[in-house]
Amino acid sequence: MTLSLFPMGWQHYLLGGLAIGTGVVLLFAMTGLIGGMSSVFTSSWSFVVQRPFFQQPRFTESRNWRLVYAAGLILGAGAWWLAYGDGAAQSTSVPIWQMVLGGFFVGYGARLGKGCTSGHGICGLGSLQWPSLLAVLTFMATAFITANLVVRVMA
Amino acid sequence: MSAQQLTPLRFVSVLAAGALFGFGLALSTMVKPEVVLSFLRFEDFGLMLVMGGAVIVTMLGFRLAPRLLAKPLAGDKFDLHVTQWNRDTLVGAALFGVGWGLCGVCPGPAIAGLGTGNWTLLWALGGIALGALVQGLRYDGVKTHR
Repeated sequence: MTLSLFPMGWQHYLLGGLAIGTGVVLLFAMTGLIGGMSSVFTSSWSFVVQRPFFQQPRFTESRNWRLVYAAGLILGAGAWWLAYGDGAAQSTSVPIWQMVLGGFFVGYGARLGKGCTSGHGICGLGSLQWPSLLAVLTFMATAFITANLVVRVMA
Repeated sequence: MSAQQLTPLRFVSVLAAGALFGFGLALSTMVKPEVVLSFLRFEDFGLMLVMGGAVIVTMLGFRLAPRLLAKPLAGDKFDLHVTQWNRDTLVGAALFGVGWGLCGVCPGPAIAGLGTGNWTLLWALGGIALGALVQGLRYDGVKTHR
């Protein structure tokens, strides 16, 4: 049963999840900030877009630390890659049109719904907020449907 | 608000927190769109362990930190985000899921994956940035026209 649920093994998944949670808790214990990831995409636009929506204090005041947080993300993944990677750059076989179109909906939807897999999924569930639970159930449902439809259509 | 201004200690804290997050995303292979898509196609349930592990640690930390510490070690108050449930949350989450199911990339891995040299993720990163831009511009429009 374990074999069929986790064909690639399970330890790295659990350890990785614990590391992610530890990162969120470290940010909270040190600064009191809540570390969802999708806001950085709106807050960074506030550097260049002068429209009132982007110039709200919640974006202009958080844009610096959110960028540092994002830089940390790249550094941490890079450290893993240097220590445990096989020396070759990772790549993906997902077609570029799927990356761009999917990315667009991810960005638009996460910002409209005020959260993504880390904001609603980790921080929201971690603080036991039922609207975040509903958001997670909603995006899991539409993601299941889309991912399986794409396989059928492409086959 | 002042916790958002970066003193050297806060800079290092935020960077280290992000690094742990990114290390976890790479270790758990969530930076690989294929692994996320295999979860969404019910072929590998690893993502549940990643999310479960992260949520449990976060839940403990969010509860314990304010009890053990009068205030954050390099800040002045513990933030609290209250999630709203309204039409935007529902529609936004649904659209997010459609995009996630299409590309297997969400905001964290789109950024972290660059650390593993996966430059194809830049396409998804560009898509996400564009989506966030359009959302903000559209929101402005909705607000001024009504």
